[in-house]
Amino acid sequence: MDSKELILRRIRSAAVTPALHKRVPVEKRPASLEAFVERVEDYRATVYRTTRNDIESLLATLCENKQCLTPEQFDFFIFPAQSDKDYSHADLALFDTTITMCAVGIEESGTIVLDSGPDQGRRAITLIPDHHICIIRADQIVATLEEALQRLDPTRPLTFISGPSATSDIELVRVEGVHGPRKLEVILLED
Amino acid sequence: MSGGGIRPSMSFSDAARETLKNRTLRHNLGFATRTICSKREKVVAEIADWEQTRTAGSMLKDEALANLEENLLILEEKVVAAGGKVHWAATATQAVEIVAMIAKSHQVSKVVKVKSITSDEIELNDGLAAQGITALETDLAELICQLADDSPSHILVPAIHKNRDEIRALFEAKLGVRAETSEPAALAEIARTHLRQKFLEAKMAVSGANFAVAETGCIGVVESEGNGRMCLTLPEVLVTIMGIEKVLPKWEDVATLMRLLPRSSTAERMNPYTSIWTGVTPGDGPQEFHLILLDNGRTTVLADAVGRQTLRCIRCSACLNVCPVYQRTGGHAYGSVYPGPIGAILTPQLLGMEHKNANTLPFASSMCGACYEACPVKINIPEVLAYLRGKTAKNPAESSAFRAAFWMMSDHRRFSAALKGRRLGVSIVSGLGLVKGWTDSREMPEVPAESFRTWWSKRGQ
Amino acid sequence: MTIQLFITCLNDALYPGTGVATTEILERLGHSVEFDPRQTCCGQMHLNSGYTDEAIQLAERWLDIYEDAECIVSPSGSCVANVREMFGHAGHWTQNSNLIERAAKMDGKLFELSEFILKFGGMDVLNPYFPHRVTYHPTCHGARALGLKDSPEQLLRQVQGLDFVELSEKWQCCGFGGTFSLKNSDTSAAMLQDKCETICALDVEYCVAIDNSCLMHIGGGLRKDGKVPKVIHLAEVLASQEPK
Repeated sequence: MDSKELILRRIRSAAVTPALHKRVPVEKRPASLEAFVERVEDYRATVYRTTRNDIESLLATLCENKQCLTPEQFDFFIFPAQSDKDYSHADLALFDTTITMCAVGIEESGTIVLDSGPDQGRRAITLIPDHHICIIRADQIVATLEEALQRLDPTRPLTFISGPSATSDIELVRVEGVHGPRKLEVILLED
Repeated sequence: MSGGGIRPSMSFSDAARETLKNRTLRHNLGFATRTICSKREKVVAEIADWEQTRTAGSMLKDEALANLEENLLILEEKVVAAGGKVHWAATATQAVEIVAMIAKSHQVSKVVKVKSITSDEIELNDGLAAQGITALETDLAELICQLADDSPSHILVPAIHKNRDEIRALFEAKLGVRAETSEPAALAEIARTHLRQKFLEAKMAVSGANFAVAETGCIGVVESEGNGRMCLTLPEVLVTIMGIEKVLPKWEDVATLMRLLPRSSTAERMNPYTSIWTGVTPGDGPQEFHLILLDNGRTTVLADAVGRQTLRCIRCSACLNVCPVYQRTGGHAYGSVYPGPIGAILTPQLLGMEHKNANTLPFASSMCGACYEACPVKINIPEVLAYLRGKTAKNPAESSAFRAAFWMMSDHRRFSAALKGRRLGVSIVSGLGLVKGWTDSREMPEVPAESFRTWWSKRGQ
Repeated sequence: MTIQLFITCLNDALYPGTGVATTEILERLGHSVEFDPRQTCCGQMHLNSGYTDEAIQLAERWLDIYEDAECIVSPSGSCVANVREMFGHAGHWTQNSNLIERAAKMDGKLFELSEFILKFGGMDVLNPYFPHRVTYHPTCHGARALGLKDSPEQLLRQVQGLDFVELSEKWQCCGFGGTFSLKNSDTSAAMLQDKCETICALDVEYCVAIDNSCLMHIGGGLRKDGKVPKVIHLAEVLASQEPK
């Protein structure tokens, strides 16, 4: 008998009574932008609140003197950013900053979620450079994890990001920045 | 020693006697666990219906286990449909063999690893080393344990037993670097530099899984440092080893799990990074994905109606941090990669109650109940401890004493006779007096002149 | 109300003063108190030590004695918790539905002493007097299994002349745990040492609790080191009266 059959047979002989748990739907409520911002900042990420009119000058300031990378589809003009063209991982390591959009933001936990959509790019580009600027529209922020999951497609590669990379492995002292981007800046587009 | 395993080589009391002598360890642990417990209380208090969330967590895990066969088969179907391969491993050896086979088929001699207690359970690193394959731990704490040739002592913070100065000395000795200070930030920077090139070069990664969702086929890994993202994204081949109890039925269940896990684990609203993926995605991440579904004793636990709740465990380690026994003995006293209260019930069940050292673990508890109170999926650990004690073979001297006590207690005339003239009191006290471990630190109670029932009967006259 | 005392085997043999105080308190509150001499032990020690069969026989024996009572009061958090929680668990382990049902019927009838006073009141009637500096250790079974948390502290704060000081790290177990203190005596001793240190740091005369088993352990640790604080059961504090 192969292992699969053996394991399944053992599960069957454990004879657990089948059960269905009634899931209590979480109440939908409007998200609070203030609470979202506060929680993202709690993780020691920086949040800028701006509008479509002002974002490009903000980006110009944040990206000054940096080698910047954007996904292939990117709506805002940043000079002199490069657009991702199948760079090797070693090449990606030469960039200082990656600027992307995101799929959804979660107020409850101060989380942004990337789903590798065309305005976010493949996962490696938001991982290897040490600085990630993530732009989120106000209408992308939902109140709860449940609502976020409803908006997301689980078959896409998803990355839930709550602050910059951190570790608490030494004496449980939180240190920002180990392997992921050590600097996370979130731009909230309010219009 | 590296990698761990789950087979204790001595009894808990013998192992604890050794670890209790280490004052630095007790200090490090006491400080660390107190810190995390107070942070945990704050983030838990933010959730208005925490108790309801715990109940939802326990019920959805119970549902997942009740329909385990169906859930695993759907998961397999979805993973395969998304371009992944699924392997079933009945034992630890089989799981290690599958990983080695995949490595060899790609001529890989080095793999990078995301922290995975399941891989420590099956002693993957040693098993791969025996086949000429080096497994490099990339989580900071696991790296520390690996460099120190030490085993993990905590589920979440495997190097909790080491302080910054010890870690600095270790890095200087093993990595050939000079650390400017012992500041955790400086030590983390050393790990970053040490590992960066290794991530970029790695062809194959091995991870565990915090959850998989049957209905969608996605796998989730919860982490903080980004080493997980590196391993899950950069190599060409990814192998994930997952205990069969980690499957969740529905996508929406991830919300409940993620509301409970980081708060209970690192005492955060959310951990920095959670990666979720399904099979392979063309042009993004590993182009070959293997999921190994591991039994290794779990189906035996499942078959036990009382012990089954142990499989709800989401490996948050909240029970370790609140446990007064763990806080003093540290994780190594448990002789297993699953330490603390959850280890005291999981290890002996995975191995079988006849394992002569593992079966001392259910006695490694004062039954104070702090673990049950903290458990986000409401595993009644004290109940399971008492139940497992009942399944343990007793030593003859002890059982004759308990039989004698039972004989006396089961008849009030015998009991009353024993109480007369201070006899029972004296025999309790002299019985305790025979136990050196008791008398070393405690004075005996004084035996009163008369029992309560004697007072009561005189009063009635 | 007629109250059956569940005095517990340990109190009967070693701490009769707690039983006497409990009797006095309940009588002062106007109840009629009865003591059924058939009582021995509820089986907690056997159950916690892995002697399930013996424990179940003692549990059934306990139910034979008490199940027709109107109300039962006991000066022991852990013994009440054993009846309330562990009887049902043991019934579940052995698929003994009769035991589960009988145990469930005790809900609302069996009380730990401080739980009884907190529920039905009467501190004004008791008007205890205990002119000492005192702290309170919430024993694990009382605090967690019975869910009393540190509510007995409220009673102490109402005692005339009593100077109450809160214990730091109070939720930490003292390390007794029945046979735990014998089988893992080193770990138990390490827990006990920390508990004794937090008590001594308060410069109190007494440490109060609702379980004499834990107090036996803590008191033994304090006396071993020749420390000043003494231990005393809550019942004995609440029964103390101002000298006339």
